[in-house]
Amino acid sequence: MAGYKYEPFDYVKPPELSGAAPALYPVAIIGAGPIGLALAIDLAQRGIKSVVLDDNNVVSVGSRAICWAKRTLEIFNRLGVGERMLEKGVTWKIGRNFHGDQEIYNFDLLPEDGHKYPAFINLQQYYVEQYLVERARDFPELIELRFKNRVTGHKDHGDHVTLTVETPDGTYEMVAEYYIACDGANSATRERMGLDFTGQTFQEQFLIADIEMEDSPFGENAVPERWFWFDPPFHEGKSALLHAQPDNIYRIDLQLDVDADGKAESAPEKVMPRIKAIVGDKPFRLDWVSVYKFRCIKLDRFVHNRVIFVGDSAHVVSPFGARGGNGGIQDVDNIGWKLAAVLKSEAPAELIETYHEERSHGSAENILNSSRATNFMTPKTPVEALFRAEVLKLAHDQPFARRLVNSGRLSQPCSLAGMRLQSPGVAPLEPGQPLLDAPLDGAEGPTWLLDVVPPQFCLIGFGEVDLPDVPGVARIGINTIREYPCFNSRDGFATKRYGQQGVYLIRPDGHVCAVFSEPDRHDVERACARAQGKMMEQAA
Amino acid sequence: MSDNLGLYQDDFYNALMDAHAGLSESASHALNARLVLMLANRVGDIETLKDILEKAREYNDE
Ligand SMILES: Cc1cc2nc3c(=O)[nH]c(=O)nc-3n(C[C@H](O)[C@H](O)[C@H](O)COP(=O)(O)OP(=O)(O)OC[C@H]3O[C@@H](n4cnc5c(N)ncnc54)[C@H](O)[C@@H]3O)c2cc1C
Repeated sequence: MAGYKYEPFDYVKPPELSGAAPALYPVAIIGAGPIGLALAIDLAQRGIKSVVLDDNNVVSVGSRAICWAKRTLEIFNRLGVGERMLEKGVTWKIGRNFHGDQEIYNFDLLPEDGHKYPAFINLQQYYVEQYLVERARDFPELIELRFKNRVTGHKDHGDHVTLTVETPDGTYEMVAEYYIACDGANSATRERMGLDFTGQTFQEQFLIADIEMEDSPFGENAVPERWFWFDPPFHEGKSALLHAQPDNIYRIDLQLDVDADGKAESAPEKVMPRIKAIVGDKPFRLDWVSVYKFRCIKLDRFVHNRVIFVGDSAHVVSPFGARGGNGGIQDVDNIGWKLAAVLKSEAPAELIETYHEERSHGSAENILNSSRATNFMTPKTPVEALFRAEVLKLAHDQPFARRLVNSGRLSQPCSLAGMRLQSPGVAPLEPGQPLLDAPLDGAEGPTWLLDVVPPQFCLIGFGEVDLPDVPGVARIGINTIREYPCFNSRDGFATKRYGQQGVYLIRPDGHVCAVFSEPDRHDVERACARAQGKMMEQAA
Repeated sequence: MSDNLGLYQDDFYNALMDAHAGLSESASHALNARLVLMLANRVGDIETLKDILEKAREYNDE
């Protein structure tokens, strides 16, 4: 019973302080949290070099993200870390809501089979960051990780940005074409630029405890699930949340009074009895305790010329719904290929602006869901408390009222339908939706759609249809035999999700951007050009 | 708003009063809250509901 072992990363004296000639880097990523690290890997896989600067030299300390959604795992799969996370993580898909000591509602986040990744895994943020750092080390030519390098200043010169960086060996300047602020919720970049970070701050405080224990607190059969209580007998008048993590660690969130003394509340002598009230006499060890207040807040604009905000620096949500890190990974998915295309001069610089449009939309959706859940949990007035009490009372036997109970609407992939990079069209999976995984059989045996679609523009043809050969566009056939890679839909999942007959054009981030019945080369080129922002005027 | 209660206006009004009969003020408030939730479920259509919420709010005296 020891807990996670934090291994500090080596600080290396940066070349700028060792007399090397100043270099122009394509991308500087500020912050080696999950978002900055994932972005560096995404860019490296597209052949783009980046320098990642972090003021610290260890992975995330303490209780932070644990729930990683299916879409995030699919993106991690593309980055080469999905399977490792799945193997280590605790898989779950059922959420149960209790009122008092009675269960009032449960939901299944992935009722269907036929997906490589589950609805959710729980995996401590320190493991996620460790795996990402280790993966980043696979690209020594393309990713430079600089720990103990604090960015203290930056200036946008129109077509490049200069950064001031502090290290144990002194201060230096570096130059990059793009400055990607992945410096988290308290982003110093954002503050330096004086940007408004607006939204709702919740007054309630939450005690977040990670405990290690041999026995499962999840009752008899010990299936890991998400358990949420309103007004439980062990914590009257408040709410509580329980999650399982790897290494026999369990996460417990307890709502505290608005005016609770956060410091006093996190003292072991206050925390232990609260936990004992939940887990009973089973022995456990406190791994980490903190008290948080939550915000649901975002920047107006994610793109400021050469400075781009990604992850928590751009948006922060309360954790009920697990939309923080999961939202940030969708940001990475969105900006990675766009930035690479612009840096390789394959797309106009305006494509970057669509990162703001698409992800600001995604982030607004996350904020709406997270703040509604947090508001339901923390009634502000007597009448809000009254309505909530009556909803909970009815929820014991009225199905409609169960659905009003909001303990968090869990992270879903964001649809980009109707946004300007997508060509309008009608199909079972409409333009804007992210790829839906499905099991396939190929020449080399069983596989997944997710594993055979490459991270570039790709046509997928279902049934007997000829896909045109377009430079830069991969081709995949399903239920046919052609000169390009072809697979069969296993157990009918793919054809059920995509239809028996039809053609989909997939963006490099795995979102459908156009659908056709029998496209010729010209149709595909047109849709690709639109998806690369080459037809902004026409499309706008 | 159209008039939908027709000839049953008095029946409804008295039934509503009867439903509250003998309840303490706080129990009456709770009953009203349940009524709002159940009637909303019966109406179902979100645009209609928003419209009703807005109209009801217009009569606020404060
Ligand atoms: C209690 C809690 C529970 C959560 N649960 C979940 C969950 O279940 N699922 C989920 O998806 N999300 C969850 N989140 C949110 C999640 O932790 C964040 O969304 C995620 O950490 C954001 O990653 P990031 O890389 O953008 O920022 P961070 O993880 O904050 O990383 C920013 C990095 O930038 C570095 N940095 C800052 N300033 C500088 C500087 N000037 N120079 C150099 N480096 C700098 C920091 O040291 C840090 O390493 C939770 C958060 C909390 C607090």
